[in-house]
Amino acid sequence: MSITYNGTGGVAADLPDVLPPVKKRGRVLTFIRRNPTLSAGGILLGLIVFMAIAAPILGTVDPTAIAPARRTRVPSALYWFGTDMLGRDVYSRTLYGARVSLIVGFAVAFLSSIIGMLIGVCAGYIRLVDTIIMRVMDGLMSIPSILLAIALMALTRGSVQNVVIAITVAEIPRVTRLVRGVVLSLREQPYVEAAVASGTRTPAVIFKHILPNTLAPIMVQATFICASAMITEAILSFIGAGTPPIIPSWGNIMAEGRALWQVKGYIVFFPAVFLSLTVLAVNLLGDGLRDMLDPRLAKRL
Amino acid sequence: MALLEVNALKKHYPIHGGLFGAQTATVYAVDGVSFTVSAGETLSVVGESGCGKSTVGRAILRLTDPTDGEVFLDGQRIDQLSPGKMRQVRRRIQVVFQDPFSSLNPRQRVRDVLAEPIRNFGLAKGSELDDRVAALMDKVRLPRDAMKRFPHEFSGGQRQRIGIARALAPGSDLIICDEAVSALDVSVKAQIINLLSDLQDELGLALLFISHDLAIVEHLTHRVAVMYLGKIVELADRRSLFSNPRHPYTRALLSAVPVPDPLAKRDRIILKGDVPSPIDPPKGCRFHTRCPYVFDRCRVDEPLLLEKSPGQKAACHLDELPELHAVPI
Repeated sequence: MSITYNGTGGVAADLPDVLPPVKKRGRVLTFIRRNPTLSAGGILLGLIVFMAIAAPILGTVDPTAIAPARRTRVPSALYWFGTDMLGRDVYSRTLYGARVSLIVGFAVAFLSSIIGMLIGVCAGYIRLVDTIIMRVMDGLMSIPSILLAIALMALTRGSVQNVVIAITVAEIPRVTRLVRGVVLSLREQPYVEAAVASGTRTPAVIFKHILPNTLAPIMVQATFICASAMITEAILSFIGAGTPPIIPSWGNIMAEGRALWQVKGYIVFFPAVFLSLTVLAVNLLGDGLRDMLDPRLAKRL
Repeated sequence: MALLEVNALKKHYPIHGGLFGAQTATVYAVDGVSFTVSAGETLSVVGESGCGKSTVGRAILRLTDPTDGEVFLDGQRIDQLSPGKMRQVRRRIQVVFQDPFSSLNPRQRVRDVLAEPIRNFGLAKGSELDDRVAALMDKVRLPRDAMKRFPHEFSGGQRQRIGIARALAPGSDLIICDEAVSALDVSVKAQIINLLSDLQDELGLALLFISHDLAIVEHLTHRVAVMYLGKIVELADRRSLFSNPRHPYTRALLSAVPVPDPLAKRDRIILKGDVPSPIDPPKGCRFHTRCPYVFDRCRVDEPLLLEKSPGQKAACHLDELPELHAVPI
């Protein structure tokens, strides 16, 4: 009798997979998984921005071309969103209207953040100026911003530029209040006092130590301002106090479709949906940005 | 001549209230404090929370303007200098704060933190600046390649070392340590204390060490000032203060210092009540509301800080404190 050795007796069987295999994800996927709100907002806004920029090549016609023969056509393969009472293609008008909304939104967010930041830093840093500036800002804030914008538009001619200025003036107090609050708390920080104690001049203290640390809340606030500026622009145009009727903005399209909204609801519907989606995208972006930059900000904004 | 001389320093904070913001009360945070610090010496200022010890440091640094009194640095009066002139003096007086987390700008690399004071006084630039920053890292025993990192990449003890390096950066003569080790773990505390005393020996630094922890103070100080409600109640060299305190408050503080032997028999002095409000400090001796040896004179007559024995001053009407076993607890 011989002992046979089958060659496997001394070797342990393969271990069962106790741990699930590590899934390898790309950086982009990981980022999306960790910041779902930010990603959703960013992608949606990206699509809308692309749509606005690429409007001429997305099968649009001249958005201002009037064709009385084919007015108030319902949506069809030829006229995707139908035509309005002057026969203009609503699809083309809506896509071009995105340009006005985005320009107004971004311009107002940018301008009011910059101006509000400068005023806010002055107010937060110079005690004497603080009282005066903040009382003026309180005064401005006590007027509903839409009324303030209407009043300012009443003084000037309707144009995109004037709409931007009018909404910016109405939004500046919010940024100023925010920045002033942040500056007031930052200037008490030991690292700011250490900088003062180590001989840093006041302008350098402001630009090196205070301003960089106000950027995160300002960026988040800017996205909310952007969203509210788009809505304000649409309101102003809707009531005829905004962009001139010749410019296809969402507010204008809706204002013109208002008379027919019970019979031809799509004229109002399509620009309204796009406005809502854009505002949603910007707000999602802002929420995501806030969560990513500083979770504690959630309580303050 | 002393490096730093503080004379009757006062810092009062007005409290505004009422409809038109009229001043309704005053907080007597620091109310007439005098001491000197010589070059290469450590003076500790101790006392419980709210006694005004940090305010003394901040008033010397002009992070807050003193209400009254005089501060001299090397004989030059610095408490009334214009901000521009004060900036020049700041090269010689630096500060280390308590919280190692909030005392460094989260958006500055260590290299920039350390280079800032050197640049501010135009002491070096270019490669010379790099050399100085590297030398500072060596002095506080941090690796040189840590210069490229941001503060959040360091532990509390390491951050405090960066804070100390920043205070050393402009070649200062006096460093005010405002509770500089209070936020650290015991083992890290010891490291930082050793570092500070090594640096003192090496560079001849004077330290104004503000702390509430007498056990730490005993390790590194030359002299101690005990503060209570905005005043110095006892000012003495270390040995006299720890072996023979002349003020009842000092004695109570000393009896509260933890002893590492759990079986040691100790006479604990438990003070009754809370510290009175600095808005309305007691008349007479400020400690009389809690003093176990109080007598009539204490309630009306404020004791002066007088020399009780060579190198030991105390603000108490008693020449000798009664024997400790006689203390009612």
